Amino acid sequence: MSKKKLATVWLGGCSGCHMSLLDIDERILKLAELVEIVKSPIVDFKNFIYADITLVEGSVTSDEHWHEIQEIRAKTKILIALGDCAVTANVTGMRNYFSKEDVLKQAYTDAPSNDGKGQMPGHPALLKLHDKAVPLQEAVTVDYCIPGCPPSADAIFYLLSELLNDRIPHLDQERKLKYG
Amino acid sequence: MDNNSNSKPNTILINPVTRIEGHAKITLILDDSGQVSDAQFHVNEFRGFEKFCEGRYFTEMPVITPRICGICPVSHSVASAKACEMIMGIKPPYTGEKLRRLIHLGQMISSHALSFFHLSSPDFLLGWDSDPAQRNILGLAAKFPDIARRGIRLRKFGQEISERITGKKIHIMGIVPGGMGFPLTEENRRALLAWVTEALETTWLGMYLLKKYQDANSKEMSAFACFETMYLGTVGSQGEHELYDGKLRFIDAEGKIVADQIDPKRYLDYIAERPVSWSYLKYPYYKPYGYERGFYRVGPLARLNVASHMKTPLAQKEFQIFKAMGNGRPLHGTFFYHYARLIEMMGSIEEVKLILEDPLITSNKIQTHGQHNENEGIGCSEAPRGTLFHHYVTDETGKLTKVNLLIATGQNNPAMNRSVLEVAKKYVRGKDVQEGALNRVEAAIRCYDPCLSCSTHAIGAMPLIVEIRDSRGGLVHVVKRG
Repeated sequence: MSKKKLATVWLGGCSGCHMSLLDIDERILKLAELVEIVKSPIVDFKNFIYADITLVEGSVTSDEHWHEIQEIRAKTKILIALGDCAVTANVTGMRNYFSKEDVLKQAYTDAPSNDGKGQMPGHPALLKLHDKAVPLQEAVTVDYCIPGCPPSADAIFYLLSELLNDRIPHLDQERKLKYG
Repeated sequence: MDNNSNSKPNTILINPVTRIEGHAKITLILDDSGQVSDAQFHVNEFRGFEKFCEGRYFTEMPVITPRICGICPVSHSVASAKACEMIMGIKPPYTGEKLRRLIHLGQMISSHALSFFHLSSPDFLLGWDSDPAQRNILGLAAKFPDIARRGIRLRKFGQEISERITGKKIHIMGIVPGGMGFPLTEENRRALLAWVTEALETTWLGMYLLKKYQDANSKEMSAFACFETMYLGTVGSQGEHELYDGKLRFIDAEGKIVADQIDPKRYLDYIAERPVSWSYLKYPYYKPYGYERGFYRVGPLARLNVASHMKTPLAQKEFQIFKAMGNGRPLHGTFFYHYARLIEMMGSIEEVKLILEDPLITSNKIQTHGQHNENEGIGCSEAPRGTLFHHYVTDETGKLTKVNLLIATGQNNPAMNRSVLEVAKKYVRGKDVQEGALNRVEAAIRCYDPCLSCSTHAIGAMPLIVEIRDSRGGLVHVVKRG
């Protein structure tokens, strides 16, 4: 049996979900026997070609995330919203109660440590923030949601090992569904 | 690598930068002869904690702010709880503080293990120019399964400290204003203590691997992104290396102490920052010297450069070797971040052992209670990547009206930009860039182990792009791998 292709993607989030994935610890070695990682912050591939399973951490906060998630959806068989920011926007979505301009102004103009000089970030290489940070399912169809801030390593490993062995995961029955 | 069809002449874009903890791109600018003349390190994400925490009750902050970063959430909790304690006018009891130290050291160990074994060691062990498909922790596992397993277990040891006290490894709930919400049980104390020997052995293994690599490549490594800066780190009252709580010390590029025993509450007298157009990450500097001259670095290398000694014997022995290499001056080579990180890891494990052997560590007297008393609080701790400040202002009812966060990786931002430039000048010639050269440019950033989710408070994942531009700003070339 050829190895399944796994991708992990980090949008607007804190990387805690990726850290929880690493918290499967020695089981990483077991996973390595079943999958080939085709894209992830922990490996060096830069382009997204195709994945059987993609785990996405974080909310969609900008033009870049929006395009990235559309492309990933088109090239992924099973797309998983990993963690509360991907599922509900969570803490990343807390800025939605304020205007984007006020949020940027606080960081780049009004912070007490700012020296009053400099420029607002606006280089063409930078992403352009959307007015609201939204969960994945507002941008694309999601196949599985695994909530948690972050989801536990056991929940992530359970989901992956079921899918990699062509079984349907039952997160509810395994009592692994938990927000926060 | 991609040739960008919309290219303007003479820039290289690396996107994404990989095996770092955050989202980034790099633009390299070439002069007319094809030499690299400038570099821009773009940190590419923004979440806006300073604004959206306004209106929350201040005691929520030790739970909200860890969500800035999944790698150093404990440092945020600690800095935040300290800021809250200043607002309340209270201090944690003895055991409450020791437990926090223990969890904080655990995070230092897991974060340093991640940086060294999972993210950086593939370069030393598999080679800078090795197949990018294998140059990661899984490739390492395939070729050196024992080293990979040990690295994974060392990170696990650090994470396990949080879990055995609070029931969770990431974004724990136990660090509260006034101390701790959970005690350490005797059973868990023994279990953690039993793990110390293995953790030390793995650190020695890392030290052996790094030194072997350094010896074989000593010229390249001492010159790797080597440039002179000031340094900032926390020290104890005798100038000793300190991670959890202490005073600030700044040294200049010669190693002379320019400010010492500074209470972190006075950070605004010493640090200012300036936003720049090409990054969501601001450029901090040492305020007395100004933006042009006040260039400083933080993190493991900085902490060892500023410290007078280490607190524990094994780390102290290694620290003396480190200091001897500098011959009385700070070590400026960016590659020495790795060495400094392993020395800190060793010291952290030794300190964990000392704390676990303290008979009072399993006491249940762990939290002081208080209420809203002052309208301003500032808290500080050494995160794995450097000094971290939380600054809160509240109204009369305790609701936050202003939040300022000065983050470790942010303070290395000017230096990361400079390191990229130094390395690119050396390894990149013209627009036809080899993959191995790109990997070295990225490695300059990886040395700082930047946690970009932290630094933009906010940020997200860190892939990398290098754009090569000409002297007129035209894009000549975009490099991505895959």
